[in-house]
Amino acid sequence: MQSAGRRPVVDVAFDGASIPIDDKVDRAKVLRRLRFGDVAFRNLTRAAAIMVLIILGGIIVSLVYGSLPALRTFGISFLYVETWNPVTEKFGAIAPIYGTIVTSIIAMLIAVPVGLFIALFLTELCPMWLRRPIGIAIELLAGIPSIIYGIWGLFVFAPFLQQHVQPFIIDTLGNIPGIGALFEGPPYGIGILTAGLILAIMVLPFITSISRDVFEAVPPVLKEAAYGLGCTTWEVARYVVLPFTRVGVIGGVMLGLGRALGETMAVTFVIGNAHRISASILAPGTTISATIANEFTEAVGDLYTSSLIALGLILFVITFIVLAFARLMLMRINARVGA
Amino acid sequence: MAMISGASSPLYARRRRRNVITMGLSFGATAFGLSWLVLILAVLLWNGFSGLSLAVFTEMTPPPGSAGGLLNPIVGSLVMTAIAVVIGTPLGMLAGTYMAEYGRYDGLTMIVRFINDILLSAPSIVVGLFIYEIMVAQMGHFSGWAGAVSLAVIVVPVVVRTTEDMLTLVPDTLREAAASIGLPRSLMIQKVAYRAARAGMITGVLLAVARISGETAPLLFTALNNQFWSTNLNAPVSSLPVVIFQFALSPYHDWQKLAWTGALIITLAVLALSIIARFLGAQRKSS
Repeated sequence: MQSAGRRPVVDVAFDGASIPIDDKVDRAKVLRRLRFGDVAFRNLTRAAAIMVLIILGGIIVSLVYGSLPALRTFGISFLYVETWNPVTEKFGAIAPIYGTIVTSIIAMLIAVPVGLFIALFLTELCPMWLRRPIGIAIELLAGIPSIIYGIWGLFVFAPFLQQHVQPFIIDTLGNIPGIGALFEGPPYGIGILTAGLILAIMVLPFITSISRDVFEAVPPVLKEAAYGLGCTTWEVARYVVLPFTRVGVIGGVMLGLGRALGETMAVTFVIGNAHRISASILAPGTTISATIANEFTEAVGDLYTSSLIALGLILFVITFIVLAFARLMLMRINARVGA
Repeated sequence: MAMISGASSPLYARRRRRNVITMGLSFGATAFGLSWLVLILAVLLWNGFSGLSLAVFTEMTPPPGSAGGLLNPIVGSLVMTAIAVVIGTPLGMLAGTYMAEYGRYDGLTMIVRFINDILLSAPSIVVGLFIYEIMVAQMGHFSGWAGAVSLAVIVVPVVVRTTEDMLTLVPDTLREAAASIGLPRSLMIQKVAYRAARAGMITGVLLAVARISGETAPLLFTALNNQFWSTNLNAPVSSLPVVIFQFALSPYHDWQKLAWTGALIITLAVLALSIIARFLGAQRKSS
């Protein structure tokens, strides 16, 4: 810092290139160059910002273009036909769509309450010195690559479910009239339920960290007022914190849902890749992303490839809507906290 | 006296009971969440370390039934990650610079921020399809370049986000001081704002590297895989995550063991990166 302070100003601007300041002609030249550099840099950054939009546009255009053959051949029936037959080249997307949605629902049913309770623990109960370590640990869970969840799910979690959990579920829940159909069949280990459970573990950190952040944004005055009235911790959380942060929590949940819908590798390992819709959630199924990951490199024929790209387009449209909704919600809570 | 009799009334008892139950639930939920981290890491360490040896880093991926290592996928992953960072980082930093320095409140920034946040969580397999369409299908073959570019597409939103956030945190007084000595705006950004935000921006790049070093889905049909040693980026290139995917799903015990070892290497690398990134981020806050 000392040496930089002694150097002349123009020198600093040019990284050591010495410029004779007393020369009037050169001075005009330097100023012109500076102005040019200024405009050029501004336009460069602007172009880079526009490039982000072009990437998104490129993704949409390339997916639509790639899926045209399939959409032209099957039309709207692509969305509700269950057949997926590469030999006869008949393709319908409803089985992967169903699998994607059901696994995500299972994941959210588990991850949302658990994530909210963890966030509650971190903001209200946890002693100060433990907050940071636990918060970091939860975020490390979010950093583990999805393929690790996949290999763990395949070799550890699925066999465990098959031997210890699923027989129990089939014997108890499977006999209840009505919902029993959901829990029938042999215990495969892999299947829709297993994929949903793995997804739950994966999205848990996202939901937890966003809920914690919005919980922390509640003005202490509100909580203190409620505590002052004699509310219990649960009552403060339920009647003060949650209503105040509802929009942000919904945003966090939707963000987690977006992750769950698009998650590929962890699901591909444990879903079983069966193109059919079964009543039982213990049966193997498939999701959009798992289908693409499993079959894309082996797809022969334009129609097969195109159908897989069309699946990708459907997935992108669904996640785009969910994520856009999530961002709008989070923007609203930020505006409120900022105001 | 009134208070004591009140405390023992059924209403108070019920509220207290409910509070104890829900607080117990939140404690249980935290234990539940953390136990997965412990379980996954324990299994990973257990299975991964038993296969870890020098051969893993010096030998090629083997055919089934013989010994070998993970040298070609490790090198492939490093090369593609490096190229992805070289492509994605400048683009992301420049875009973030526009958003924080030039157009902080203009319409373009609002739109780019919104779209960037969506790209940040968009399914990575869709990025793979995109690059397949524009590179693999056009060139007619799978290639390391396509893999690197698809990873770069994932790097960009991460870097845009952190660059914008970090530059926004730079106090305006620094910018005004630079302007007052006659520094043009572009040089003010490069010499003053970038320096003030440097630690945070490096954190962003590290987070992006952590993110892509475990990415599998976009590589499956861009870089594909390669059983052999290859430094030709115009040909299919092997990568650690894809090899893990292939080996783990194979019926061969040797391959599965190598998959676990590869998984351990990736996880340790990713965890180390995110811890370093966190450390840098914490330094910035305290200074």
